[in-house]
Amino acid sequence: MTAIEFRGLVKAFGAVRALDGLTADIAAGSLTGLVGPDGAGKTTLLRLMAALLKPDRGTVRVAGNDVTTDPDRIHSIVGYMPQRFGLYEDLAVIENLELYAALRGVTAEAPHDTFDRLLRFTGLAPFTRRLAGQLSGGMKQKLGLACALMGRPAILLLDEPSVGVDPVSRRELWAMVGELTGEGIAVVWSTAYLDEAEQCDSVLLLNAGRLEYAGVPGALTRRIEGRSFLIAGVERERRSLLADARELAGVRDGVIQGESIRLVLAEDAGTHALDALAAGHGGRLEPAAPRFEDAFIDLLGGSPGARSALAERMPPVELAAESAVSCRNLTRRFGDFTATDDVTFDVRKGEVFGLLGPNGAGKSTTFKMLCGLLEPTAGVARVAGFDLRHAPAEAKLRLGYMAQKFSLYGLLSVRQNLEFFSGVYGLTGAAQRERIDEMIGTFDLGRYLSTSPDTLPLGFKQRLALACALMHRPPVLFLDEPTSGVDPITRREFWSHINGLVQKGVTIMVTTHFMDEAEYCDRVALMYRAKLIALDSPDALKASVASEERPEPTMEEAFIRLIELAGEAHGEREAA
Amino acid sequence: MNATTAAGRGNGRARRLLALSRKEGLQILRDPSAMLMAFVLPIVLLVLYAYAVSLDAREVRIGLVLESDSAAARDLAAAFAATRYFRVTPAHDRRQVEPLLVSGELRGFVVIPQDFARRKMSRAHPPLIQVITDGSQPNTANFVAGYAQGVLSGWLAAERSGALPAADFEPRYWFNPELESRRFLVPAAIAIVMAMIGTLLTALVVAREWERGTMEAIMSTPASVLEIMTAKLLPYFALGLIATCICAVLSITAFDVPLRGSWAALFSLSSAFLVPALGQGLLISAATRNQFVAAQLALLSGFLPAFLLSGALFEIDSMPAVLRAITYVVPARYFVASLQTVFLAGDVWSQFLPNILAMLAIGLVFFGVAAARTRKTLD
Repeated sequence: MTAIEFRGLVKAFGAVRALDGLTADIAAGSLTGLVGPDGAGKTTLLRLMAALLKPDRGTVRVAGNDVTTDPDRIHSIVGYMPQRFGLYEDLAVIENLELYAALRGVTAEAPHDTFDRLLRFTGLAPFTRRLAGQLSGGMKQKLGLACALMGRPAILLLDEPSVGVDPVSRRELWAMVGELTGEGIAVVWSTAYLDEAEQCDSVLLLNAGRLEYAGVPGALTRRIEGRSFLIAGVERERRSLLADARELAGVRDGVIQGESIRLVLAEDAGTHALDALAAGHGGRLEPAAPRFEDAFIDLLGGSPGARSALAERMPPVELAAESAVSCRNLTRRFGDFTATDDVTFDVRKGEVFGLLGPNGAGKSTTFKMLCGLLEPTAGVARVAGFDLRHAPAEAKLRLGYMAQKFSLYGLLSVRQNLEFFSGVYGLTGAAQRERIDEMIGTFDLGRYLSTSPDTLPLGFKQRLALACALMHRPPVLFLDEPTSGVDPITRREFWSHINGLVQKGVTIMVTTHFMDEAEYCDRVALMYRAKLIALDSPDALKASVASEERPEPTMEEAFIRLIELAGEAHGEREAA
Repeated sequence: MNATTAAGRGNGRARRLLALSRKEGLQILRDPSAMLMAFVLPIVLLVLYAYAVSLDAREVRIGLVLESDSAAARDLAAAFAATRYFRVTPAHDRRQVEPLLVSGELRGFVVIPQDFARRKMSRAHPPLIQVITDGSQPNTANFVAGYAQGVLSGWLAAERSGALPAADFEPRYWFNPELESRRFLVPAAIAIVMAMIGTLLTALVVAREWERGTMEAIMSTPASVLEIMTAKLLPYFALGLIATCICAVLSITAFDVPLRGSWAALFSLSSAFLVPALGQGLLISAATRNQFVAAQLALLSGFLPAFLLSGALFEIDSMPAVLRAITYVVPARYFVASLQTVFLAGDVWSQFLPNILAMLAIGLVFFGVAAARTRKTLD
């Protein structure tokens, strides 16, 4: 049964066509993934389905109602969760629910049954009095879902519900949505996570306002059967091998995957050159099962090259200390709440080190202490051998920091941002001009110099933020969820720069919720409930949780299993 | 449509309105800045207006140059010395007081010339005195000139009628006999507080909903734009009236400003003023959808005109024609004039009604434009 149909849909904002002639159907009782790079038109399409926008041409019919002529009917049968969940942060959980209950006409006799059902469903029952603003990311998302589900909608629209949400919460949300489709609800889920898209009943793949693919995800993946490969057994220099491999004709995509390199070849491309390249590095080329992500990148024309102009121009960095970042018994308490509890580890020079954990596990607090934004309650943190407590200025001169929201000044132009950040790091005169020009050339920012960073395409915004963080050529680079909400193509470009920097000896410390990015790291530290619960290479972490029924767990499965194990141990201690 | 579903719809609308207003009320109660603006700002402004801003001239320091030694001249000098509006520094030569005027110690000086007594006797040449004032402070200068004139005419009238004045010159200032500026400044402060609450707070909270994405979420529910906006305005309307109440009670008790009119008139006027104030806030937020810009615009287009162009501080009649023309579209103009009347004179409905109508008309224009802009939803 068709829940939603689009016919020749066109929607433009000024000169930009956000949607350009879209025709598709969305089935009832199933989960439809809406995937595509940033700016593909995903949010516009969701807003059209929610009757918040009107099409310029063509029609959108939701459960038989036209969005142009009958928006009121649609508002009463569609549940919509916008990107930031649509919650009132200064209202308590129960107050948010009461508001949406009244707005959605949940009848006066029934609301408490409805609330009980939704609170049980989302596991929010113990937190009804807490302000929504004080919930963790995963809990906010569940509350947003509960609000959207008020009044039993026939159609549920979720706009990137899993951005910034950890794998455990994502999996819970996933299970809830599965239950809903079982009840006959049509769920539309827009996402930048391709592993999520792969699990949908069907997907609509958008690119630049056009529909590139509609159907079962597996069918798209099958199109590239026999074109995915892994280069395994490479001891060192995986990143330079990746860059070389991407240079070869016929290689459409390539990423680091644990200790291997994953490659996607073009149709009809031979493997001779790759065999030779792999053998040259002591590795071997093996066929691999295709992933949805491989097919996605292939469909969009392959990923951008893996050479980073940045890294090629940059001289190798020098670092005297043996460990780039180190912490000993690092602890931070807020009142009687311990956010980071006795954490100790070393990040080796030239390593990509990932810091992972569910929302609220303490990784942000740890991260902030390591780059000198927060004072530890106890313990020592060193960057490049300098103690952040005793020599903060020396330590900070040796680290670059790129925040989640990019921290660019929207009221300054791109050039002024570059000037500001270079000035902050003490560059002046000719040296400053030279460095700025170098960054402009490297990141191809020339045509955007006088525009505001706010209006830049996402990929360029990211380049600018990276340029600002690297202005003083730091040997250690801190990246705090640098790719949250960013599509796979843009993320590929970002990581090609990071890989290039690593080849120049830069040490990278990164937090992320993307499990594929965790596999780009040399080693991963996993935090849970303020403690470090695991620290090893991605492949070793996966191997550590392998079992008879799951001989080859994915990174996400490893993440969830390790957290479950830590949770059980914690429970036993509590019981004892 | 049959009657029951029509009733059901009306019921749903009422429930939605109630829920949205309740939400807004809770947000106000939890938002320190709203509470600050509604309850602390009125007090601060009133205190400032009552004590710090004073347009009164009392004991203005002037020089009195007595070039003539005649009895008449000395008698006039005594009249100057006797008034409590001046504190007189006597002199016999203007060269003694000129430096004092330059240094700012004196605000002006009065010269009683040598031929003062002679001219007074002759009918052909009326007596002449010279008043020199400090033009760098125009208000005070006017005051000095005006009062010197007043003292002189008063003294002349007394002279003519002989030792026993049959008709004394006694000016009487109605409504504000003491000519205390706080009596008309304090009512004006109420207008400014209301403009802040109505325009600034409303602009901020609506822009905040756009910024945080909550507007998008509630627009996707069956609630209509009209309901969302009405529910947003009701709590701020109430807040505005509460602030009026606080201001009025404070004015009467602490600052000794009388309320000669009725509370009913005061609340009618305040309610009428809140219509354009809220409408303006709504329009600003619909146009910008950004808290920072909304705040700037609200200050520029709401607070400043209420402050400068409403007649609160500066008399509209003495403004240049262009500015005077602009004041007609400043709702605070009508409000300030009526407030001063209701506090100092009483209920003058013949003045209130046209002012109320003017405020409502401006408000309707704001609401009309805001509704047209918001109706375009997310485009």
